Amino acid sequence: MSTLEVEPGAAPESGLVTTDTLDNFDEMSCSLEEIKNINPSIEDEESNDNAIINEHFDETVSNDNEVASVDDDFELNKDWIGKDKHVFVLSMAGKPIYSRYGNEDKLAWLFGVMQTLVSFIQSSDDCIQSIHAGNTHFVFLVKKPLILVTVSKTRESESQLRIQLNYVFNQITNILTLTRLNKIYEQRQNYDLRRLLSGVERLIDHLLTFSENEPSVMLGAVQCLPLAASVRDTISSAITGACSKIKNLVFAILLANNKLITLVRMKKYCLHPADLHLIFNLVQASESFKNSESWTPLCLPRFDASGFLYGHVSYLSEDCQACLLLLTVERDVFFTLSEAKQKIVEKLRRSNCLEAINESLSTPGESSASAGFVEIRHYLYKCKSTSQFYQPILSPPYTQTKEPLTRIYKRAHHRLHNSSRPLKLMFERSADEAILAWDTKGFELFVVFEPLIDTSAAIMLVGRLLNWIKKKEERLFHLNAPTF
Amino acid sequence: MKHIVGKVVLLGFQGVGKTALVTRYVENSFHRQIAPTVGASFFTCKVEADGNMVTLQIWDTAGQERFKAMAPMFYRNANAALLVFDLTSQTSFESIKMWVQELKGNVDEPMMLCMVGNKIDLNDQREVSREQALAYSQSIDATYLECSAKTDQGVGLIFQKLAQGLLRLQGLTSTLKVYDDDIMANSSELEATDTANEETVNVSIGSIAHGNTVNFGKCC
Repeated sequence: MSTLEVEPGAAPESGLVTTDTLDNFDEMSCSLEEIKNINPSIEDEESNDNAIINEHFDETVSNDNEVASVDDDFELNKDWIGKDKHVFVLSMAGKPIYSRYGNEDKLAWLFGVMQTLVSFIQSSDDCIQSIHAGNTHFVFLVKKPLILVTVSKTRESESQLRIQLNYVFNQITNILTLTRLNKIYEQRQNYDLRRLLSGVERLIDHLLTFSENEPSVMLGAVQCLPLAASVRDTISSAITGACSKIKNLVFAILLANNKLITLVRMKKYCLHPADLHLIFNLVQASESFKNSESWTPLCLPRFDASGFLYGHVSYLSEDCQACLLLLTVERDVFFTLSEAKQKIVEKLRRSNCLEAINESLSTPGESSASAGFVEIRHYLYKCKSTSQFYQPILSPPYTQTKEPLTRIYKRAHHRLHNSSRPLKLMFERSADEAILAWDTKGFELFVVFEPLIDTSAAIMLVGRLLNWIKKKEERLFHLNAPTF
Repeated sequence: MKHIVGKVVLLGFQGVGKTALVTRYVENSFHRQIAPTVGASFFTCKVEADGNMVTLQIWDTAGQERFKAMAPMFYRNANAALLVFDLTSQTSFESIKMWVQELKGNVDEPMMLCMVGNKIDLNDQREVSREQALAYSQSIDATYLECSAKTDQGVGLIFQKLAQGLLRLQGLTSTLKVYDDDIMANSSELEATDTANEETVNVSIGSIAHGNTVNFGKCC
């Protein structure tokens, strides 16, 4: 088996940062300063912004909280306790910021308990990681100036839960920047962050559902929309053509239906999949982008947690629901980018790329059975060097509910990456299915088989599967990493 | 027939219905639960007033406090501000006063102010009386209108008033573009918040803008 040298989806250069699973999610880089230094024309209005923040610091919190439904008294009722996974965010001072279910104000006492636990352990120069009680895991992430806690019965591993908490933290940074977040709490420890995060609850809710149901967060990778290589290249070059003269444009991202179509980037800079997931989440959760062109600040914490990029966000056209984001470090170039977008759309229309995108969006995709692998129910293939993954569409018995499949994958993934005893290869058979998980230098593969398959047949099939993916790689992966 | 192109900024507290108001007018649609605007959205529409054509370039800003720092980008160089509040929320009305102060402090060019009380369909839950709103609007020299984006009551009138207001601004401000015919106006439909720099208007029928970049930050 180890003689196999196929590594589908690999490419010498990648627009996405190469990720190893469970890589250090704390790491953040500072790319904005670099770019700004190359093109120093940008006025730094940061200080200006801060002045405005301070001015309104002392306003009383709007009486939203009072209005917030008297009827949903979640406090300790059965429904609330029965939830599979709770997520809470609070400040170091114990002020409630976010609760996945229920009204934070009514749960103030609970936030108090969490804060006490954290500070009690801290007082002996230690940091609380987790508490385990039967099937319930309490996982803590203390990340100044916030505390994030999850209480989960989902059987996900502690490290998987911690990644999700990190994503929630990143989502908050995405909205505010880390610099501003720190500054706020430096100035006032007991600040009520909810007033700056109104509307963000939805994004966090959405992100949590996304990270639970989609393999992309677990894998640290993105899925591409299947397209002929020539079409993808034409799209990329239409974007480069229209944008090459615009300075300080950092990324152009075209996506549809949670899948990447293309990513064009500034030379030297790559996008981290975790940042791209935040962008996917923003686009999916914001219906308002559909109606018009928008201009929005956003911080990509893995790219640079200290400052904002500005994004021109729009859907290509009424008849093609792919979303284009042009991200720049300049805050006042909306119209330049708006014009570039028009040019891109015209070019794509002329070269029939809009139709190609629509066609790919409307075809349901291939199941593994229809590709000739009858014994394989489903699989996940991640190419490490390009941080992309591919999965076939669901086939029975997982079409009704995806949950068991997700659980199988999460469990297998945890077995491979268990920090105390990592595995390279695993084959496991149960009454319901058999799973093979394989971690190599170049890729990660998880295959779910019919339960009666024997080991040698499984290994043979995996070899055939890899060859099949290799043959289709140009269509399934974004193999080149175009730059402006 | 004259064609003028004016910039309009929508300001107001979160959830008062700024986006609902614009989409009601521009697309004639209403969604009860629109997701909050992220950053700001850009719309254009044409309004005929007193035999003239007025193109409105509308910046629909997000009402959430965290986007407040972005607002100057949109209201600097604007020719009109649509200050929207929710008739059933005194808080949202108070927030208008804050916006007015900010505009007065930061904008030098003359600007038309139009105050709009939205959600008149919820008249029975009203917290801001007509008299109160009128009195304040007179004190700041603004037009005051009430409407409902939900039932499409009074929405058309707002944009009519805006167009008329902009026509009256002709000659008073350098940021308002006036063309003698349609083609010229169309050619610069997407052109930015101009001002001090000389502009060269391309004459082309297609309504694609030409490419001089204009910085929001540097004028005024």
